[in-house]
Amino acid sequence: MSKLDSKIPEGSLDQKWTKYRSTIPLVNPANKRSLEVIVVGSGLAGASAAASLAEMGYQVKVFCFQDSARRAHSIAAQGGINAAKNYQNDGDSIYRLFYDTVKGGDYRAREANVHRLAEVSGNIIDQCVAQGVPLAREYGGLLSNRSFGGTQVQRTFYAAGQTGQQLLLGAYSALQRQVGTGMVTMLARHEMLELVTIDGKARGIIARNLITGELEKHFGHAVLICSGGYGNVFYLSTNAMGSNATAAWKAHKKGAFFANPCYTQIHPTCIPVSGDHQSKLTLMSESLRNDGRIWVPKKKEDVEAIRAGKLNPNQIKPEDRDYYLERRYPAFGNLVPRDVASRAAKERCDAGYGVNKTGQAVYLDFAHNMKYKYGKMEATKKGIQNPTEAQLEALGMDVIKEKYGNLFDMYEQITGVNPYKNPMQIYPAVHYTMGGLWVDYNLMTTIPGLYALGEANFSDHGANRLGASALMQGLADGYFVIPYTIGVYLSTEVTRMSNEKDKADSIDKVKTKHPEFDKELAEVKARIDKFLTIKGTQSVESFHKRLGKIMWDKCGMARNKQHLTEAIKEIQDLRAEFWKDVRVLGTADEFNPDLEKAGRVADFLELGELMCKDALHREESCGGHFREEHQTEEGEAKRDDVNFAYVAAWEFKGESNFELHKEELKYENIKIAARSYK
Amino acid sequence: MGSGNEQFLNLTLKVWRQKNSKTAGTFETHQLTGISTDMSFLEMFDVLNEKLIHEGKDPIAFDHDCREGICGMCSMFINGRPHGPKQGITTCQLHMRSFKNGDTIIVEPWRSAAFPVIKDLSVDRTAFDRIISSGGYVSVNTGNAQDANNILIPKSAADEAFAAAACIGCGACVATCKNGSAMLFVSAKVSQLALLPQGQAERKERVLNMIAQMDAEGFGNCTNTGACEAECPKGISIENIARMNREFIGASLTTPNK
Amino acid sequence: MSKGFFKSSIGKKVIMGLTGLFLVSFLVVHVGINSLIYANDNGETFNAGAHFMAHNPLIRVMEIVLFAGLILHAVQAIILTMENKKARPVAYAMTNGAANSSWYSRSMALLGILLLMFLVVHLGNFWVPTKQALMANEEHNTFENLKVVFSQWYFVVIYLIGVFALCYHLLHGFQSAFQSLGLNHKKYTPTIKKIGIWFSIIVCLLFASMPVTMFLGIIK
Repeated sequence: MSKLDSKIPEGSLDQKWTKYRSTIPLVNPANKRSLEVIVVGSGLAGASAAASLAEMGYQVKVFCFQDSARRAHSIAAQGGINAAKNYQNDGDSIYRLFYDTVKGGDYRAREANVHRLAEVSGNIIDQCVAQGVPLAREYGGLLSNRSFGGTQVQRTFYAAGQTGQQLLLGAYSALQRQVGTGMVTMLARHEMLELVTIDGKARGIIARNLITGELEKHFGHAVLICSGGYGNVFYLSTNAMGSNATAAWKAHKKGAFFANPCYTQIHPTCIPVSGDHQSKLTLMSESLRNDGRIWVPKKKEDVEAIRAGKLNPNQIKPEDRDYYLERRYPAFGNLVPRDVASRAAKERCDAGYGVNKTGQAVYLDFAHNMKYKYGKMEATKKGIQNPTEAQLEALGMDVIKEKYGNLFDMYEQITGVNPYKNPMQIYPAVHYTMGGLWVDYNLMTTIPGLYALGEANFSDHGANRLGASALMQGLADGYFVIPYTIGVYLSTEVTRMSNEKDKADSIDKVKTKHPEFDKELAEVKARIDKFLTIKGTQSVESFHKRLGKIMWDKCGMARNKQHLTEAIKEIQDLRAEFWKDVRVLGTADEFNPDLEKAGRVADFLELGELMCKDALHREESCGGHFREEHQTEEGEAKRDDVNFAYVAAWEFKGESNFELHKEELKYENIKIAARSYK
Repeated sequence: MGSGNEQFLNLTLKVWRQKNSKTAGTFETHQLTGISTDMSFLEMFDVLNEKLIHEGKDPIAFDHDCREGICGMCSMFINGRPHGPKQGITTCQLHMRSFKNGDTIIVEPWRSAAFPVIKDLSVDRTAFDRIISSGGYVSVNTGNAQDANNILIPKSAADEAFAAAACIGCGACVATCKNGSAMLFVSAKVSQLALLPQGQAERKERVLNMIAQMDAEGFGNCTNTGACEAECPKGISIENIARMNREFIGASLTTPNK
Repeated sequence: MSKGFFKSSIGKKVIMGLTGLFLVSFLVVHVGINSLIYANDNGETFNAGAHFMAHNPLIRVMEIVLFAGLILHAVQAIILTMENKKARPVAYAMTNGAANSSWYSRSMALLGILLLMFLVVHLGNFWVPTKQALMANEEHNTFENLKVVFSQWYFVVIYLIGVFALCYHLLHGFQSAFQSLGLNHKKYTPTIKKIGIWFSIIVCLLFASMPVTMFLGIIK
């Protein structure tokens, strides 16, 4: 039977967390002061966890590779954060948020975790507002909401198109406050390069000071991996350039299971690729789908004319446009979940209806709502009777500007096209990874003392994440889950410490002087030296690009057995080539961004293989994982609940060798059903 | 995709090279050919670095991360201006269509005593973090909050606070200020919290401590030229600086000596 | 006032602003008295004004305060400028200040130095003779003094340069003082800025007109 114990508490679903929380062993304040916690990553999960734990009295060290904790990529989240506040009186509830999230995740998430997430969602909003996060308000002074994909209520809180920024800066300020008090030691421009385990427990990390190149040993009674997702395996994604899987992957290789690596979210509304020089992709917030209608021309000849630059899309008559989401999914229309919207775009483009030169773009068009929704509304407000089309457009444009101004500006910066006058061109791009380190209900991985929070773990989104839920999960884990659940483990550490207090060689006394730290440090050093001594002919960047292409072509929006089998082989070959022919210049004892990248790409080259293996083994289509062999006649995903209603947790056994462990998913409160948005 | 009228440029690039904070730097000239106007400025640097690596030369170090204008990590001083010739954007959002064939482009790091150069175009901006640590927060521990709708905040106050909170901490204000002053950055945070009811309890202490830390970091003094506001990629207004002056004068007048 | 206020960057700016506005108020008086020459009555009205200014005890006290204010303004400016230089030890190879700010807002120190140099000449021309006469207990004919000085073209040029420096110093300084004192408000700042501009232009045009009209013999 499985080695996996998810430690889900007994009791009814809505009582599990409340009851469990009040029975978790406590650590008394005096003992907290002698317990050290390492937090890797300073995004929403990391910063909120570090701040909260420091407030409680633990000694915390935070590591991030950027120059400041405030740069973490949570900052780029645009649209919003969900919370079951029911401020809009539209029938929202904790249960509904829970239900939407499980359904949105295509019934591949753990009920208990998701319900807990929904329960604490309201507290997150309260906490952020108390920190001075300026969320959007109505004229009466109350908080404002908008709707997001996959839901039929308005539960998304936002701050213009910069919600992630505002929430992160809130968590960052809480973190910096603790830095000021001395409870948190902030180590920016530091990268975790190895996890140190002693007697099977996480005991610290080896980190590289990125400025001096010095390798450092850091001890902790617990280590929290809050380093985000691994979308950059695909090279082109909406992730930041530095986003990487190294911390999580090192933990995996030290024994932490990696769950559902094949679940990657392809976001439907990104700015299409412009050329070979492309270094990253930019998201246009899902909130745009509130007011933008997605379409391609119905007629092939119109497509041809557009591609040739002979036809402007505005000239195409409404009856010649295929609003394919509204056509296929009348109930949710343009607000279907991300995976559904992405596949639908791919389907149209594969059928030859893509509207740019590469054939990989569809329109996101605001003209209709600009004129006939907002324009009319404003005209009525202003008492203009029988407004002209031009008047409607001008009035509506002001509203659109107010709502999405920064996104429209960003679009114009990147493409050089004015989106107020022309429909936006969009195409799906890798955005988020639902998979991650396997964690139990306490967010602890299979290594005692090692935790994973936020996007770095796998727990709450199943096979597909709903919009505005990533911010919710990151902050839930950091502010409201880990501060309690870490006590389960650390209280046992307290007992151990008091038993060992007379032992001269107890880990609490020797800390980083333990020989295991030196051994790991030597291995990290050897690996770095290896990069520098290969002196091959190809740049790190070029390997990353090639890996990304394999992943996107064969393990992207649609997958099949043949492609995945080929991809595994290709990745293995590419990895071998990398270790023979990569060229990394400079030295180890200086600021060397290319050397940093070499380490990250080396890890992507291993993780990519596991993703393909996971995708190959999962003989069903669910959420972000679409196997071409498993679809209905209309091209909808076909899940297999009999054989695949489990979490696939992979154990590292050596190069290219992973053992599968299964955690069965039981649905006791939700009736598992085919996901329909029709 | 792009603008649909992609062109290719030949450019001369003069880039600041500096090994580390202890050594002096110098300019290095590079010729680039066939740079697409659809490329971002940083993608042009990627192309150059790829070329340098191919030639066995040390690639140019520069800070960047999100490449969508929000993380605040990118920081180049391009042809005499932070984040280059266009207003309201960061370097990563600057595209090569803003340049002409045959242009010479001079790229320098942010220059400030408080932002020592780490290498080439990378600088150390941790002074900003220390300023935030000195008071740029509301002291509310996790779990202490009341319901978010209990305190009404007028939309105008929320919007104004948001406009100040939009600061990305990139340091362009310091970089462009002829005095190397950090007043715009500090005032953005002071204003955000002064405008909201949640920031009231620590209002006086906050501004006094943050100014003390700002001064200790070695930033220059504001002479109200307004360059910071003009160059800020997020359009933070110098009204915030006036507000901070007001807050500081008020707090100084009414806070007893310790 | 909390300790260290005057040592803080904002405290120093507040002093600059307050002393600046004080000096502005002096300019109002100065330009007012000087404009009496436009009575064009062979200096009778003007000399009466000058006499009042030289002998009124309150004005004599204010004169000392004025010098103190001027010195404070100048010394503080020197300190600030030195600090600002230290804040950027390595200069940019290329700056394009014109893209984001006005040249005179960036040149306050230079304009200030010009003004100081001008003041030396100016005091030598008028203040010193007045004081000498006062000490000798003689009546000083300031108007004659004016006529003699402004009959020499190079003094006219020097005065025009001085007024030019003053004008641009004021154009930035006037509204900048309000900003430093925290007096910026969406409703009032545009008016303050307008007043600043008109003040600078009117005061400086008046000052500039005096040497010119006297040199040309329009004022006799």
